[in-house]
Amino acid sequence: MKINRLDARLSLAHFYVAFGSILFAGLLGLLQTLVRSELITLPSWINYYQILTGHGVVMALVFTTYFIFGFFYASVAKSTGEFTNKQRKAGWIGFWLLTGGLVLAALMIALNKATVLYTFYAPLQASPFFYIALALIIIGTYFGAFAVISRYRLWKKEHPGEKTPLLAYMAVATLVLWLIATIGVVAAVLFQFLPWAFGWTDTINVALTRTLFWYFGHPLVYFWLLPAYMAWYVMVPKIIGGKVFSDQLARFSFVLFILFSIPVGFHHQLLESGIGEGWKFFQVILTFAVILPSLMTAFALFSTFEIAGRQKGGKGLFGWFKKLPWGDVRFLAPFMGMLIFIPAGAGGIINASHQLNQIVHNTIWVTGHFHITVGGTVAVTFFGISYWIIPHLKGRILTKKMNKIGIYQTVLWAVGMGIMSSAMHISGLLGNPRRTQMTSYNGHEVASSWGAYEMAHAVGGTLLVISLVLFVIVLINLAFFAPKGNEEFPIAEELNPTQQTPNWLENWKLWIGIVFALIFIAYTLPIIDIINNSPPGSSGFKYW
Amino acid sequence: MLHMHKFEKIWMIVGIITLISFLTIVGVQAFSKAEGGEHQGAPSDMTLVDPETVTESAPFNEPGLKQIGENEYELIMVLQSYGFTPGDIEIPQGATVHIKATSLDVVHGFEIAGTTANMMVTPGHVNSMTYTFNEKGSYLILCNEYCGTGHHFMSTNLEVI
Repeated sequence: MKINRLDARLSLAHFYVAFGSILFAGLLGLLQTLVRSELITLPSWINYYQILTGHGVVMALVFTTYFIFGFFYASVAKSTGEFTNKQRKAGWIGFWLLTGGLVLAALMIALNKATVLYTFYAPLQASPFFYIALALIIIGTYFGAFAVISRYRLWKKEHPGEKTPLLAYMAVATLVLWLIATIGVVAAVLFQFLPWAFGWTDTINVALTRTLFWYFGHPLVYFWLLPAYMAWYVMVPKIIGGKVFSDQLARFSFVLFILFSIPVGFHHQLLESGIGEGWKFFQVILTFAVILPSLMTAFALFSTFEIAGRQKGGKGLFGWFKKLPWGDVRFLAPFMGMLIFIPAGAGGIINASHQLNQIVHNTIWVTGHFHITVGGTVAVTFFGISYWIIPHLKGRILTKKMNKIGIYQTVLWAVGMGIMSSAMHISGLLGNPRRTQMTSYNGHEVASSWGAYEMAHAVGGTLLVISLVLFVIVLINLAFFAPKGNEEFPIAEELNPTQQTPNWLENWKLWIGIVFALIFIAYTLPIIDIINNSPPGSSGFKYW
Repeated sequence: MLHMHKFEKIWMIVGIITLISFLTIVGVQAFSKAEGGEHQGAPSDMTLVDPETVTESAPFNEPGLKQIGENEYELIMVLQSYGFTPGDIEIPQGATVHIKATSLDVVHGFEIAGTTANMMVTPGHVNSMTYTFNEKGSYLILCNEYCGTGHHFMSTNLEVI
């Protein structure tokens, strides 16, 4: 089934903005490492924290969101058929709302009216238009979610009693997670930040804003990760000539990710006053439950690799490993993502381990952690997807030459990210804080060991930007200059197609009911406590 | 029902047992008391304070280091962009210090670099923790949450003598 031209255009529009964003935000990131290592000083018309805000907002909220929707539109159109006019229109409304939000947010940051970083913690108070921009971005995603979910429902209506395509199921699961997660940030922006920034209310409940933000902030990372998992579960097996190890367990792991990624936000607030320690620990337990679907995923992927490798004649305990297509960037890039996820996941377990958090909290260790998770695992998998999805959508092919450059790009990215985030992890353990322009602290002896690591960040950052430039060059080639042809959209078949996938996996009411029950248990009492035992609120501060 | 490969079952069971033992250790450490009876889990003080009147309310009307026992001290600290009050603190070696902190303005982070002394200081709340300084030397106290464009200047020295 070929993707309808109109749907391809919708998907491509999202990809183009995503690629432009990552290049721009990557340059901002490089500037940060150069400033922190004191290799350059910024001109007076821009400050470090503006750049930091821009880097965070554009990477975390813009690049990821655009890429994911571009990927979802293509995947759903491919696996369930073309969108109806109404659905496609909703997709475009979503695109323009996102873009409106992006332009407005960028303007506010550039004008130094929103130097609050991408977490926008109150009582630092940005211009109300910054919060409006964030709201536009989120509302935009709701239109996109409507398009995808209603296409899925239409497919179910068209195919009564049939199992839905795995790819579409996973996209819908990711969006269900997103819709439930964004309730927190929407509530904070609409009912707390906007009235306060406009001056309709004088003060804001700081503890509540932080709790609502992290209710959203943790599942946000799963919103980034699950599309990468889609590629690992469904596309990578096809690329290596294998099959989906287990359709039902793949679906089940996505359901578990929905359940255990939301009622866990307190693990970002472990060192905070105003939240009872018992509730923190309860959410730590739920946080750790997410390890279960992660273990299932790891097993499924490596089983797929082994089966495919053995079919190609791999012998012995590890002979199959050599038979994997290491020269194919469509495989190498997502594989690199999986590999990086092993230390990244371990780091996450450390961060969430209650009092262990005290050693690393708000140090640059944490920055290192999310640079290998999102910047490593997720981004490199997204690169791998881009290399075949762009030519597929444009009716061109991934040439040998571009594949080769893609391999260099992937390796360069992994090496750059390895250098940068290792240095971040190590110097974080020594106490080096995150989110700061300078770490000399008047030459204090404790801080004296950090300078060398700052230099390593700059080296890693430079490699990352070179890698990004290569990436964008290859994509421009693939989109506009590569030979015409039909690049494969890889969707693997099941290993055991006769195996029944239970209907309850597709019972969304059940899963949404359970996740709300978990949220209710984990959050109701502490939030009531935060509201009832709240201190007098805070007025806004503009310290920039 | 779901079908799981035999090896995957073993893999999951080993994983679950590891997970439970790991969580048990974390849990015991979080809620057990230190020798002196001090709380040693994550700082989670529930005390409230009006951010507008911090400097008039006890104990923050008199920030500073106070001896409360034999080699035991209370350190009352007020944080604001971009400084710690009091600054340049001297503490005798081996002293146990009960730190109580709050913010006059935005969210700050209280960190003694390279130690486990680390907590968020949010306006409206008091946060507290206990730390024993067993080794002599200069310690760097810094703010580890962005608090404005002078954030990187927010630090002070703590000398253990």
